[in-house]
Amino acid sequence: MLAVSDLEVRYGRMAAVRGIKLDVGAGEIVCMVGPNGAGKSTTMLTIAGELTPHAGTIRFEDKPLTGTSVENVVRRGISLVPEGRRIFGRLTVEENLRLATFIRKNAREAASDLERIMEQFPILQERRHAPAGRLSGGEQQILAIARTLLTKPKLMLVDEPALGLAPMMVQLVHEILTELRSEGMTLLVVEQSLERALALADRIYVLRDGQVQLTGPTDELRDGEQIEAAYFGFQMQGAAP
Amino acid sequence: MTFFLQVVINAISIGSLYALAALGIGLLFGVMRLINFAHASYITIGAYTIIVPSTAALATLYIGNWHWALMTAAVCAIVIVLAVCTEFIVFRPLRHADPATLLVGSFALSFSLYYLLLLIHGGRPKAVDIGRGLIEHIAIGGLTIPRIDVVTIGITVTLLVALGLFLKKTRYGIEMRAASEDFRMARLLGVRANRVISIAFAISGLLAAAVSLLYLSRVGVLFPRMGIPLVIIAFVATVIGGMGSLFGAALGGFFVGAVSVVLQTILPLGLRAHRDAIVYILVIAILLWRPEGLIQVRAVKERV
Repeated sequence: MLAVSDLEVRYGRMAAVRGIKLDVGAGEIVCMVGPNGAGKSTTMLTIAGELTPHAGTIRFEDKPLTGTSVENVVRRGISLVPEGRRIFGRLTVEENLRLATFIRKNAREAASDLERIMEQFPILQERRHAPAGRLSGGEQQILAIARTLLTKPKLMLVDEPALGLAPMMVQLVHEILTELRSEGMTLLVVEQSLERALALADRIYVLRDGQVQLTGPTDELRDGEQIEAAYFGFQMQGAAP
Repeated sequence: MTFFLQVVINAISIGSLYALAALGIGLLFGVMRLINFAHASYITIGAYTIIVPSTAALATLYIGNWHWALMTAAVCAIVIVLAVCTEFIVFRPLRHADPATLLVGSFALSFSLYYLLLLIHGGRPKAVDIGRGLIEHIAIGGLTIPRIDVVTIGITVTLLVALGLFLKKTRYGIEMRAASEDFRMARLLGVRANRVISIAFAISGLLAAAVSLLYLSRVGVLFPRMGIPLVIIAFVATVIGGMGSLFGAALGGFFVGAVSVVLQTILPLGLRAHRDAIVYILVIAILLWRPEGLIQVRAVKERV
């Protein structure tokens, strides 16, 4: 569904992403995991159209995506839940959600989707007319996910969904993401914690220094020491006993 | 009592004019972080559109001779087109520049338009006779008030309500509010930056046109710098109202207008010449008391 190859992204002279190759198949949850500065968010923002790659290609549904503007990437069916949620605090919960439906061609269907989302997440229904800035962090994360869903994406990019949330909310957010996958959604998730990535993903890419260090299905990686080595950047066999 | 009410109505009326000017500036600041000094040019040029372009000392009305509804529509249309064009020519290429560059851009635009106006119309003030009916006083109960005050207040209230409904209820209104909070996030959700900004400029132009006509009807004279004092007061109004809050901008406008009129009334004759100095001392006092302005736009704090 999404194919990223040889991606290079630079901030000025500094290369944040150096030749990443990454694939996401329909109906998968794929996690990018890695320490701070590994290039995870940069990759995400580049796919979303916020950053322009220096080299490499991004293809979506077998058509090139590189060079598509931010406003049009979402119309192609790729929608980002950004790091820090970035809900519109002065807009009401309902306005935050309505905003996301404006790109939909079928307004009636979008309106009924909005009501369905309200039923699905009763907390949003309860606070429907409250400014979104008054919601708690976890509630804002749910709003950010719900808002993204209303753009009717084929692929959801979720950047650090657990950041700054209480453990119970992290659990809930993960449940929501897993449920979305079982309904057929495709997800590319950035996670900083290896543990959470292993719990969530079908496949994992371990990134460090702007490169893919290791990749494979979660089941194969889970028990190996290899993944920790890739994540932390040392050689297990070379480690002191 | 009657005298007091007359002063109040006059204060609201002058405040309305400032509030309209402040809204035009506040709107663009909210969406683009642009302090648009060229707003003064929109107001001035709007007023000049009613006469035939010439450097002659006497003004010849053209659009100004039309039926008032047609004239209003024509002036609004011209200023809206002007505002949208200036965005396209000057501010679009500067889209990603920092606010200081944008401000300098707006100064440059403002000076260019000023000298263009001098070239076409000359620099002498020109008396024009429009809205004569508006200068007349009408009696309501025991009050005698100029009709222009009633019209100014009525139009301002209408525009405020319409703008409020637009921002609250319509697609583009919601997009504009979202963009003024976090433009990049709004674009990630598909909000088209160019369209939102063009609409903001169009509304700003409409507000400027309203100020042009109301102000011109009040003073009856065209002069090349006529928009500048209004816009300076409007800047002050947006600052004391709280940058980024439209409600604050309108409130600031009413406040400055009301204070000016009240001072004009209560100050002893000898001090009236210093009215503006006293107004600005009050403005400084307010900013010392509330540096963020009357309406504070709360940053959305992260709650966990």
